[in-house]
Amino acid sequence: MSTPVLAPTAGAPSTTRGGRPPRRRRSGVNAGGNPLVYAIALVVVAVTVAPVVYAVLGGFRSNAQLASEPVGLPDPWVLSNYTNVLTSDTFWRYALNSSVIALVTTAVVAVFGVMAAYPLARYRFRGREALFLVFTLGLLFPLTVAIIPLFLMVRDLQLNNTFWGVALPQAAFALPMTIVILRPFLMALPKELEEAALLDGTSRIGFFWRILLPLSGPGIVTVGVLAFVASWNAYLLPLLVLNDPGAKTLPLGVADFSSEHASDTAGVLAFTTLAMIPALIFFLALEKRIVNGLQGAVKG
Amino acid sequence: MSVADDALATRPVPDSAPARSGTGGAPRRRLSSAWRQRLEILFFVSPALALFAVFVVVPILQAGRYSLYDWNGLGPMDDFVGLQNYVRALSDDVFTSAVQHNLTIVVLSIVVQLPLGLGIALLLNRQMWGRTFLRVVIFVPYVLAEVVAGVVWFMLLQPDGPVDAVLDAVGLGGFTQLWLGDPDVALYTVLVVLTWKYLGLAVILFLAGLQGVPDELYEAAQIDGASWWQVQRRITVPLLGPTIRTWGFLSMIGSLQLFDMVWILTKGGPANSTVTMATYLINQGTDRSQYGYASAVAVLLFAISLILAAIYQVFVLRRDTKVSS
Repeated sequence: MSTPVLAPTAGAPSTTRGGRPPRRRRSGVNAGGNPLVYAIALVVVAVTVAPVVYAVLGGFRSNAQLASEPVGLPDPWVLSNYTNVLTSDTFWRYALNSSVIALVTTAVVAVFGVMAAYPLARYRFRGREALFLVFTLGLLFPLTVAIIPLFLMVRDLQLNNTFWGVALPQAAFALPMTIVILRPFLMALPKELEEAALLDGTSRIGFFWRILLPLSGPGIVTVGVLAFVASWNAYLLPLLVLNDPGAKTLPLGVADFSSEHASDTAGVLAFTTLAMIPALIFFLALEKRIVNGLQGAVKG
Repeated sequence: MSVADDALATRPVPDSAPARSGTGGAPRRRLSSAWRQRLEILFFVSPALALFAVFVVVPILQAGRYSLYDWNGLGPMDDFVGLQNYVRALSDDVFTSAVQHNLTIVVLSIVVQLPLGLGIALLLNRQMWGRTFLRVVIFVPYVLAEVVAGVVWFMLLQPDGPVDAVLDAVGLGGFTQLWLGDPDVALYTVLVVLTWKYLGLAVILFLAGLQGVPDELYEAAQIDGASWWQVQRRITVPLLGPTIRTWGFLSMIGSLQLFDMVWILTKGGPANSTVTMATYLINQGTDRSQYGYASAVAVLLFAISLILAAIYQVFVLRRDTKVSS
């Protein structure tokens, strides 16, 4: 896995990690093995995962089991909660909607972001810093501040209950962070590459397509992952824009399901667990990218 | 952000270079290179700029405009009320308590998560069995949607629910509360859930910062006979300063915009004891169609965030920029 250039410390493995050095005295103060350390670590892990485990296991219990014993293992294991959710249309529709909106958001952010970052990084022109400043100022304005006019605008454009109504505003608000991360990334690519390409008669646009874009893959993946996760988890904007049950996303679905089936605790837990799974898989697969991205963002 | 102005950009397309465009073979010199560059820049920047203008700049300006009107979102916006919406918000007890709640969450989030996150990061920053696993696990809550985490915690916190059962089991049954139902407790319950959700971010960022601390420093300190605590206090924490300060900033901004978790757990209740600026905004805006008034609340939310960000910048982050420049 190639390390992105943007955050020098991010990808670099710590000196102590990896192939364990032969009998090198581990950086003294950090010597582990203390039982107390493991005890604390165990407590931290327990507190961290307990709610997730509770939801997963709770989905395998019946409401009677949950009522008689709030904490406990399924006895017997009940599959019907999960099968009910998995055989319902609504769950899959929510999942599909979430996926489409997240993918559209990611695609728009990645394409528009890298396009805008390119001249900001590698052209020299008057007003360049001012233009960059315009985008960076966007970091100061969270979506919450603009939510009322956005909601009205989306309604007036007849985009409510459509993917675009959520994806475009989300992409727009993700642009500042994307450009702030991508610009130094593109700047770091060696100048000689560009000169060589120009000498060979490639146009600037050709350079962008054939050389810059492939090379900036890791940076684009990083901003893409951040945009995808943010969209997948988003609640406020979808809450206002998507009222039609057929257009709702998973977070809305989870919230709706939990209030409509408030008495069916086991069903809610099963539904919630299944809604967690895509995010968890996605996270485990791309953990490095997400962490790198966040660190890059902090450094930005 | 580092702006190494001179080193970065290539010079404009050199005139001497054969300005053959990719398509035709004929030497096209119809566009001067300066114009050509302008067109290229326009081509690359305009999609992002247009999107940004339509969905970020315009709505933000609109929020400022709406805030001066009494408007329900339908029909013409013609009832200009000046600053009345602002006066009304600032003299509304619910809004002022929302601001207080946000500030409480800003302060307590940092006060609670900083030592905990630092402690766990130091704990994990050593050779130990299962360290990689620990690092992944600690980050899981952060990746879950606030809504998903909120729904699960809502279940956990029900009266006589799992949290109460666990407290009973370990002999702390006397401490059980109406976690989300008691106005004196609910805000702190929300805070605990938020800590659970966001501690992983602090840990991961601190761990990354710790990787930047050179091992030689530890070795030198060890040779000098420094104790573990001395090393942490004199070396680790100071060197982690920039990371901690940046994390604090992110945490603060997040706390000021808090919406999802509160909306799921309490909707701002009971008796407005957990209302935040953002839940108040939505409550007044889309739920009651007071778009003018809600816009004023949004502008105030922005102004408060901006002021706090500026204060933080001046008093906390300035140290970093000074050192680095």
